[in-house]
Amino acid sequence: MPAPKFLRSVVARFAPLFAVGALGFLGACASPEPGQLVADPYEKVNRNLHELNKGTDTAFVRPAAMTYGTIVPNPVRQGVSNVADNLTLPSEVLNGLLQADGKLALNNGFRFVINSTFGLAGLLDPATKMGLPDMDTDFGETLHVWGFKEGAYLSVPLLGPSTERDFAGTVVDAAINPVTLFTPLYYTAARRGLNAAELLDDRYRYDETISSTLYDSADSYAQSRLLYIQNRRFELGQSASGSDSQDDFYFDPYEDPYAE
Amino acid sequence: MLNNSMTRRGVLFGASALSLASALPAFALTEANATKLINSVVGQINSVIASGQSQSAMISQFENIFVRYSDVPTIARYTLGVAARSASGAQLNAFTDAFTGYISRKYGKRFQEFAGGRLEVQQTKAVKSFYEVKTLAYLPNSAPFDVTFLVSDKSGKDLFFNMFIEGVNLLLTEREEIGAMLDRRGGDLNALIADLKKAG
Repeated sequence: MPAPKFLRSVVARFAPLFAVGALGFLGACASPEPGQLVADPYEKVNRNLHELNKGTDTAFVRPAAMTYGTIVPNPVRQGVSNVADNLTLPSEVLNGLLQADGKLALNNGFRFVINSTFGLAGLLDPATKMGLPDMDTDFGETLHVWGFKEGAYLSVPLLGPSTERDFAGTVVDAAINPVTLFTPLYYTAARRGLNAAELLDDRYRYDETISSTLYDSADSYAQSRLLYIQNRRFELGQSASGSDSQDDFYFDPYEDPYAE
Repeated sequence: MLNNSMTRRGVLFGASALSLASALPAFALTEANATKLINSVVGQINSVIASGQSQSAMISQFENIFVRYSDVPTIARYTLGVAARSASGAQLNAFTDAFTGYISRKYGKRFQEFAGGRLEVQQTKAVKSFYEVKTLAYLPNSAPFDVTFLVSDKSGKDLFFNMFIEGVNLLLTEREEIGAMLDRRGGDLNALIADLKKAG
């Protein structure tokens, strides 16, 4: 049917423009106040969404993950997660090119070719053993490379912690994914299933860390925000305070014993 | 006979030199010593992971490593933040004890996620007045991730005082959590200490 396909490609082509436009609008106004790690002007809404996500985890995600982890043997779960990961590689190649990072694009390109063939459609990961490690990237990182600021912190329904820049990246990634654009629609549905399975596998594997953050913290919203921001800035090669200098990453408790 | 007394004198001299050395924290921390410390930490952590013990055994082993190789009083004080300034000496000691148990339970539990894995020291470099020792954690079926230790001798001994797992900073994360716990108890440090003994 040509009509839905045409519609889909129109949406796919223009969604990034909308997202980037929205980003420019949002990203212009949020930067952290002094003493704050990240700007959080929507904290009230974010906290409500965080509680909603926590409720979803309690009621659905965690029980499903524990069932999946208990019933399905580890090698099978690993294989499914590998296939899901493999299908994100074309998108990562595209982001590598957009970042003008030849090494990243080539690494992920070769990974995709090798794991799709010798790795049996991505079930196995021989590329890592051949010296082509997993090098994750996404459109959020591309925006960072292009000079967009992080923007405000966001708690996104079902997705969890993000920032204005990273959320725009997530939206754009979904729209410009080459696998989505060049394969029939039912592939996308299958891929969603694989991604969901990978998510459950991660939730099962890191249950101790995730559950302790969500359910044992005095302020699970603040902890989730802090963990996400620190880890994301680390991935993007930034310091903890968000600047590109490494220095203030390493505050000295011997010089500032009371953290003032 | 002569030999014997020489030896004794040697021992005596050695012993006094040793006590002098431990009284003076002036021996500068070197790159080699920082690496050596973290090699010991990593060696011990790896053997805990490989031992496959029960969770409670792993927690107490982790507590031993934490107490022996890290500067617990400095970590505890920094984590408590400004509240540490107005605390009495007894309160600070009680907090440090409770904090040690809390950290050991909280992080010792997560050793299960490291099953089948190991840490490897990568490189050491001087930063400010301390050393940064980078290690990589290898877990089965996942990409290696970064675990970095910061080592200082400012306590008088070579000890680590902070650690980062994929950029997540222990001091910063625990300072926020302890701060939130204290806020919830209306700033009552004694209540925090009592609850911290059970938390983690």
